[in-house]
Amino acid sequence: MLPRLLRPALLGLAMSMPAHASTLADFDFTGNVSEAHYKEVISELRCLVCQNESLASSQAELAQDLREEVYKMMDAGKTDDEIVEFLVARYGDFVLYDPPLKPSTWLLWFGPFVLAALALLVMGYTVRKRSRGVEQGLTAAERERVASLLGEETENRKS
Amino acid sequence: MKRPLLLIPAIVFAVMAVLLAVGLNLNPREVPSPLIGKPVPAFELSRLKDPQATLGSADLTGRVSLLNVWATWCVSCRAEHKLLMALAETGEVDIYGLNYKDERDAALRWLQVYGDPYVANAFDDDGRVGIDWGVYGTPETFVIDGDGVVRHKVIGPLSADIVNERILPLVRQLKSRG
Repeated sequence: MLPRLLRPALLGLAMSMPAHASTLADFDFTGNVSEAHYKEVISELRCLVCQNESLASSQAELAQDLREEVYKMMDAGKTDDEIVEFLVARYGDFVLYDPPLKPSTWLLWFGPFVLAALALLVMGYTVRKRSRGVEQGLTAAERERVASLLGEETENRKS
Repeated sequence: MKRPLLLIPAIVFAVMAVLLAVGLNLNPREVPSPLIGKPVPAFELSRLKDPQATLGSADLTGRVSLLNVWATWCVSCRAEHKLLMALAETGEVDIYGLNYKDERDAALRWLQVYGDPYVANAFDDDGRVGIDWGVYGTPETFVIDGDGVVRHKVIGPLSADIVNERILPLVRQLKSRG
């Protein structure tokens, strides 16, 4: 049983849901358009209103309109490329979850590799420098100091 | 400096800080429009006030004009309305409206109550023309030059600063170019 106080809140929530949430059930997949293919296309497009949702998952009104447009285009036999082109011509590359490779996105695509290469260079340099340092060994004075420190420690343990 | 490599983390930090500062100050809601520099999308819609007549891309060609996308359900459209009225009063530029996914009665009432800054409004009932204009967040305002080419787009409500620093200078420049 739900706590009494919660019930009106849940009712309110249910009533605030969009009444005409356009779902896949609104479309007819018995004709030209296969449901799996349709789902695949709309889940690869980004909604402009709820910017971190795909066209498939957003319930923004614009997303519903665009889903309908995509369905109509598929029904009319347009290819995936043509559909993507249609949306990019209107909303820009932003609608793509997979940004195209062009000069303005070079940094995005190659940046991580450049950074990784830089990191490797710095690491290689540091490691080589350090191993050279070890080969040189300790000076006589340092050796003596180490010996005296270690000696002190064994003394301490005994006591 | 004895060990220049020690500077690298500091430099990397500085570069990251600058990049992140720039990134944080960008408005993610402002998606650059691919329409800039292209002719206005072809359309032909019935007018809001006079449903028998039409308003279309041809009307947006021939002189510098603005196209303002609005709706009565759009809260920030109400916020920018006063500015549109003031802009219309200066007579510097014709303002056309695209009444987007609205109801005719509500839109007509709005213009009656708050004033009508528009030369004319196209009534985009189902939002199909809005899609061709790449509308995703009303209000939106396009600046169109005399050749019917889209020159600028403002996403979200206009502010006095946007009007005075972006729109009016651009309008004057486009006009003087003839």
